[in-house]
Amino acid sequence: MEQPNLDYVEQLANGEESIRATLIEVIKTEFPEERKDYDESVKNKEFKKIEENVHRLKHKISILGLEKSYKMANDFEHNLREHSTEGIEDFEKILLVISAFLKTI
Amino acid sequence: MNCIIIDDEKMARVILKTLCNQVKSLNIIEEFSSAIQAIKFLNETTVDLIFLDIHMPDFNGLDFIRSLKSPPKIILTTSDPKFAIEAFEYDFIVDYLLKPIEFSRFEKGVQKAEKFIITPEQAKPIEKPIEKDIDNDFYVNIDRRLIKIDLPSIYLVEAKGDYIKIKTEDKDYTVHSTLKKIEEKLPDSLFLKIHRSYIINIKKIIDIEDNSVLIKRDVIPVSRSKRPELMKRLDLL
Repeated sequence: MEQPNLDYVEQLANGEESIRATLIEVIKTEFPEERKDYDESVKNKEFKKIEENVHRLKHKISILGLEKSYKMANDFEHNLREHSTEGIEDFEKILLVISAFLKTI
Repeated sequence: MNCIIIDDEKMARVILKTLCNQVKSLNIIEEFSSAIQAIKFLNETTVDLIFLDIHMPDFNGLDFIRSLKSPPKIILTTSDPKFAIEAFEYDFIVDYLLKPIEFSRFEKGVQKAEKFIITPEQAKPIEKPIEKDIDNDFYVNIDRRLIKIDLPSIYLVEAKGDYIKIKTEDKDYTVHSTLKKIEEKLPDSLFLKIHRSYIINIKKIIDIEDNSVLIKRDVIPVSRSKRPELMKRLDLL
């Protein structure tokens, strides 16, 4: 499975350690919150909310350089608009990979 | 250029601030996690450029654009270019940046904004409310009696099946009529239909939340499609 990286963060920080630290801190804070919101919306089967939460998580997926996963998340988001959960297992695998990665940085 | 950032995601705002700080000509004066907060700010402050996320819950970027009275230059930020297409029909949209935003692409967008001139014609509000002639009262037929109702005293009209309930400062009246008929009689400068079942007197609004208004002691839902018009009209108060 594709693995996350900090290439975009490093590029944005351009060698400034404080910027790098801020960006990582925000990802580490915001991702678990968004994931919790996502889990809650899945539990309640609220398609509109699930779609919104997937959309927000998608940005984190792209920031962490997960190009193929981003495409999968995008497809999942579009399926949700049709009230289909096709792609949910793959999407949740991506979230697991990111959660594990964030523990290492 | 004085600019503001509107994005519900903190990460996106931090990234945009980081990018803005790398361009000398940009001065971020404020950032907002919701478009409604930004509208309040823009009623009092002029800005040159807005970085606007299109896809936000409740009140999205397109709702925001439609509610602007004097639109400044706007650069859209989005994860999905499809969302930007509709917005591009507006003349003051300078560019759109696809997330995650690379610095080189950001810089190009800012350069476009620097060269971009908004003509007075382009800066006009998107929709102008059409004023009706204002009469101060009208008569309703209740139990074969014609009763005069003072227009400014009405704060709410509610559809109730084949009837409408007209709520005024002093009394409520139930009249056999439709919301559409009374809407034609009420002046646009005072009244706004905010939901398929409700017309409100905008001067009587006490409080507004994202999806509802408090008017007297009634909490009235606001349809998503009516929110931009409501936000635009509030500035008239």
